Amino acid sequence: MFLKKAALAGAIAGLMGSTAFAADCGPSGKSVRILGSDFPAIQAVAGAAEANCAANAGEFTINLRDNTRDMMNQALTPNPAEYTSVIVANSTLTQLMNDGLVRPLDEYVAKYGQHLKPSQLITIGGNVMAVAFMANSQHLFSRTDVLEQAGVEGIPATVEEVVAAAEKIRAAGIMEHPIVMNMKVGWNVGEIFNLFFFANGGELFKPGSAEPNVNSPEGIAALGTIKSLLEYAHPDHLSHASNETQGLWEAGKAAMAIMWGSRGGAVLDDEGSSDEVTSNTVLSAAPTAGGGSTPAATLWWDGVTVAKNIPDEDAEATFAALVSGLTSDLMEEHNDKAIWLIEGFRPGPAAAGVSATAAAGAKPYPMIPFINLMHNALGSELVDFYKGDESAEDALADVEAAYRTAAKEAGFLQ
Amino acid sequence: MKHRTFFWFILPTLSAMVLFIALPIVSVFIQSLFVQHEQVLVVSESCGPFGCVEETQVDTEATAQLREEQPLGRFNGLATYFDRSHLASAEIAEVWRTSTGLSSFIDGIMDLKFYKALVFTLTYTFVVTPLVLIFGLAVAVGVNNLPKAFRGVAIFISLLPFLVATIVGSMILSWMVDGEGIIGATLQNIFNDPSLSIKASTPLMWIMLMVYGVWHTLPFAFITFYAGLQTVPQDTLEAARVDGANKWQTMISVVVPHLMPLVSFVTLMLLMDNFRVFEPLVSFQAEAHAQSLSTFIVSDLREAGNPLYASASATSMLTILGVVILLAPVLIRTWRDFNAKAH
Repeated sequence: MFLKKAALAGAIAGLMGSTAFAADCGPSGKSVRILGSDFPAIQAVAGAAEANCAANAGEFTINLRDNTRDMMNQALTPNPAEYTSVIVANSTLTQLMNDGLVRPLDEYVAKYGQHLKPSQLITIGGNVMAVAFMANSQHLFSRTDVLEQAGVEGIPATVEEVVAAAEKIRAAGIMEHPIVMNMKVGWNVGEIFNLFFFANGGELFKPGSAEPNVNSPEGIAALGTIKSLLEYAHPDHLSHASNETQGLWEAGKAAMAIMWGSRGGAVLDDEGSSDEVTSNTVLSAAPTAGGGSTPAATLWWDGVTVAKNIPDEDAEATFAALVSGLTSDLMEEHNDKAIWLIEGFRPGPAAAGVSATAAAGAKPYPMIPFINLMHNALGSELVDFYKGDESAEDALADVEAAYRTAAKEAGFLQ
Repeated sequence: MKHRTFFWFILPTLSAMVLFIALPIVSVFIQSLFVQHEQVLVVSESCGPFGCVEETQVDTEATAQLREEQPLGRFNGLATYFDRSHLASAEIAEVWRTSTGLSSFIDGIMDLKFYKALVFTLTYTFVVTPLVLIFGLAVAVGVNNLPKAFRGVAIFISLLPFLVATIVGSMILSWMVDGEGIIGATLQNIFNDPSLSIKASTPLMWIMLMVYGVWHTLPFAFITFYAGLQTVPQDTLEAARVDGANKWQTMISVVVPHLMPLVSFVTLMLLMDNFRVFEPLVSFQAEAHAQSLSTFIVSDLREAGNPLYASASATSMLTILGVVILLAPVLIRTWRDFNAKAH
């Protein structure tokens, strides 16, 4: 009964919306089962799909949870798969495609996707494999009041300026550790390396092969850059991930941060922080490093896929339901929840950092089948360097050795 | 008991043990001998909101065919056991060749994650186990000497650390010792050093983990010894007292020998548990300073995209081997005692 009401409400909202878009939900009575990560933008997309098409479907379930990446391959492997769609990001699309678990979407896009922008279509080897709806990247968060108080002019644009500003803040006795960044051992340590490695012009692999390429001048430069920032970072940084850094920021304990754009909305809203912090927080492009022009960030997208091991009609209904929500109507209601790639998005202050970072030419996170193995090797082997137990060269040599061991076992290297 | 009767008695237990313990271990061992197929890679163009790039992809059809031909993967023998993530024989040989002295040799070995984890795990095991035995016995004797009216309450309070789930207990302590937590911030204030942080220092982190380990497992030793104390023969105690032994002498010469079988049992359990230390490392976010073989197994398997089954299986087998080596002295001792009694 509730579902019917919700669907009715959705249909009415659709009719009353500026575009007067009537949801086309594809074949009726089919099963739609969505798996995704639990954050506001995905809640909005899945919710819109449910409102539009739950009445048309025979079964409509949404499962949003943490750590979907750890179980999505297992969930899509059986035939029929546990879910008809997984909402993925760059890295997780790669992991599903490695095992061949998602289907090409071209025919469905032609039938149901007229309102999608061409840039939303993730095309791999000529096939549309996913439809992106939001973008994300790391970038700089700054507290203008603290910078001003320390006598720093403007917002820092390079790592060197960030470090100089941090030194001024420390010298002025305002904060001992003005910088926070996500340096938790594991995935985050690996990701921070990627940011500064790309900013210094590095390539993770030798072109056209799975051979590692991080023990290079660019790699050493990247580690030097990170070390210069960590000098001013919170002493517990090796245990800080997004929740901890956001908490420190909202508590007013940091003046500059490298955090995810998707945290921007939560930092700027009126919950969990004081007016002093939120009104002085400015989101800007990720800093460049070593005189280069590439921002130290990786660009990410989140998008919808359709499982391979399900009946074709379920697949069609799933795709139709999900893209029926990706319209300007969704923007009316949820504009500030993400940096949307959807038609009708009006970028607000929370989107400024990601937009500026993308415009400045940051690199997308690579969609390479063996990237996870490299990312893990970086995440575990660089820790000795950050703790000061090892030189940059030795740490990078360890990364390559650890990566080779894993890549051989996974069959990517001989 | 006749052998035949004994066999029928033990059969249900035995079959359950074979089914749920022996067979899984065999399966893990077999898995550790195989690695994934060679992946067939193709380069193609991929486009998205941020432009187009040439990127490598897995040719899933070709790889699936390989998988069908050899479902277990490529046979790799014991090579996984000796690779860099495990026993690292080639790397150790290299370190041996290039090292200039003992300290550079040790540095080289400590660079290999398996040995680094082993050093932490063994230190943890050999510090926590004796401390738990000693303190457990002390608490048990203390509670046993309390007036009867207070004993129930004392037992309940002493058991509390055991009742709190490991992950919850260590999480709470982790927040307290955080630089922003009550203990961490107080320490910074006392020493007037804002960069003092338990989570940033390897020695402090190790101490923290071991203190937590003692706190959490103490009740297990306590309750076992307390039960044992109820069976100490009163006439022997009285005889000792008549002979003029003081409390300490009675304790060492009568009570402890009586509890020896329990001490062996508790030691066995503690050695096994401590060698597989896992939850505190996760809750304290201690990965930077301390790893154990169990955390390696989890991180190998968690990666849903490329789970490293062979590596995780090899680590499991090495963990079992480690536990067997650790337990051997205690088991041999128990066996000798048993034989001595039989004769």
